Amino acid sequence: MILEVFVTALISIDNLTLSYENMTVIENLSFEVFDGDYLCVVGENGSGKSTLVKALLSLKKPDKGSIEFGDGLKKNEIGYLPQQNVAQKDFPASVYEVVISGCLNSRGIRPFYSSKDKKRALDNMELLNITDLKSRSYRDLSGGQQQRVLLSRALCATKKLILLDEPVAGLDPIVTAELYDLIKKINKSGVTVIMVTHDFPAALKYSKHILCMTEEDWFFGSREEFLKSKFVNFMRGGEELD
Amino acid sequence: MIEIISEIFSSPILVRAMIVGILVSLCAALLGVSLVLKRFSMIGDGLSHVGFGALAIAAVMNLAPMAVAIPVVIIAAFLLLRLSSNGKIKGDAAIAMISTGALGVGVMAVSMSKGMNIDLNSYLFGSIMSVSSEDVVISVILSVIVLFIFVFFYTKIFAITFDENFAKATGTAADIYNMLIALLTAMTIVIGMRLMGSMLISSLIIFPALCSMRVFKNFKSVTICSGIISVITFLAGMIISYAAETPCGASIVCVNALSFIVFYIIGKIKKTT
Repeated sequence: MILEVFVTALISIDNLTLSYENMTVIENLSFEVFDGDYLCVVGENGSGKSTLVKALLSLKKPDKGSIEFGDGLKKNEIGYLPQQNVAQKDFPASVYEVVISGCLNSRGIRPFYSSKDKKRALDNMELLNITDLKSRSYRDLSGGQQQRVLLSRALCATKKLILLDEPVAGLDPIVTAELYDLIKKINKSGVTVIMVTHDFPAALKYSKHILCMTEEDWFFGSREEFLKSKFVNFMRGGEELD
Repeated sequence: MIEIISEIFSSPILVRAMIVGILVSLCAALLGVSLVLKRFSMIGDGLSHVGFGALAIAAVMNLAPMAVAIPVVIIAAFLLLRLSSNGKIKGDAAIAMISTGALGVGVMAVSMSKGMNIDLNSYLFGSIMSVSSEDVVISVILSVIVLFIFVFFYTKIFAITFDENFAKATGTAADIYNMLIALLTAMTIVIGMRLMGSMLISSLIIFPALCSMRVFKNFKSVTICSGIISVITFLAGMIISYAAETPCGASIVCVNALSFIVFYIIGKIKKTT
């Protein structure tokens, strides 16, 4: 007798179509994200990766199809690590202020933070080794430190799922490796990870599932399935798909 | 010095101006931190021009100035936010368009009412005399509302100022808080406009935030320091204005500009040591 282990999907994407005005960016995309998964989204520029991110964060409405959250995951329980934006670079904010702002989604209308929120912020700072930066100014930190601050803010916003948008863009190789280790550690602790990345080798190294998007087509499957598919050559060498 | 201060406090007109001014300075400075960091500094300027237009029309039509200016400026604030967020017209162009448009309408209205006793100068550059005791009551109520809302929503205001996309993605209704900031800004500007003048009121929003950002490095200290700087520069400006018989709006702006230079230098020294 074969026992099937039924894992409920944390997010199910079904026949999703996304478009801007009259240009379709993503058509009929379907995939699932399981609890504890490490999903890497790779693909060329213009294939709709950032549009997909917006849709997952409920910032963009699907034109067709659906995005369903299962397993008690609420829409506002996604921890999000955005791509850096320039406006933040001279912002006067201490590391602690930035990290604890991640706790806001569980506060609702209530003002200020509770002592539980404060502890949560400190714990997440400890996890990412930034406790000693607590009262430093965010704008004075290096790129790698800033990413760790934003990552611990993302962890304050969720216990279940984090969505990372190009987390290593602009970081040097050593800092990049450190950040990947931290993300792996977070994933091991039970948090599901979705990472949008241009770093193809890293995607192959760390992911459990891969979603590969090109302008015409897409692939979703486990890492092993991906390695056997025609998409892998395309991503490696930039060869044309037949 | 003490003589001047006691003279100021013995005049009811000046005391009224002081009360309104201190409250407005405080509100403007707190909101200013968020506005400056969100790159919305010019919204204050745009709204004050709209306020000028509204005041001018109210005067010509013989209506209560505040009753016309408050709703008009609030509507303009929402309009500016919408225009700059939907991206068809860029934010700075939208502000320039609305502010010059309103200024034009205001000047037309004032000049068409030749027979009436409207002092264009006091509308543009402010006057202590224009603060009536009714204004004081309205100002106190509105300022208390602004301060209370600011403190109550402080954590949200920080979050949407620092990273609006993250706030939205994690379920904070950023658009509503943006509107709230615009609403509070509109109220603050209308209250302060008659004292400071519509050309000068936006300096209360911008200068204190920029000063404290030179020296302090976290949001809370910047906010608190802006409030303090704003009240002190206001008081200093008033005293100078009284002693040197200069217009109070302009005097306050000059003190603010001077304090910016001081804070800039302190910031530079702090960086090198």
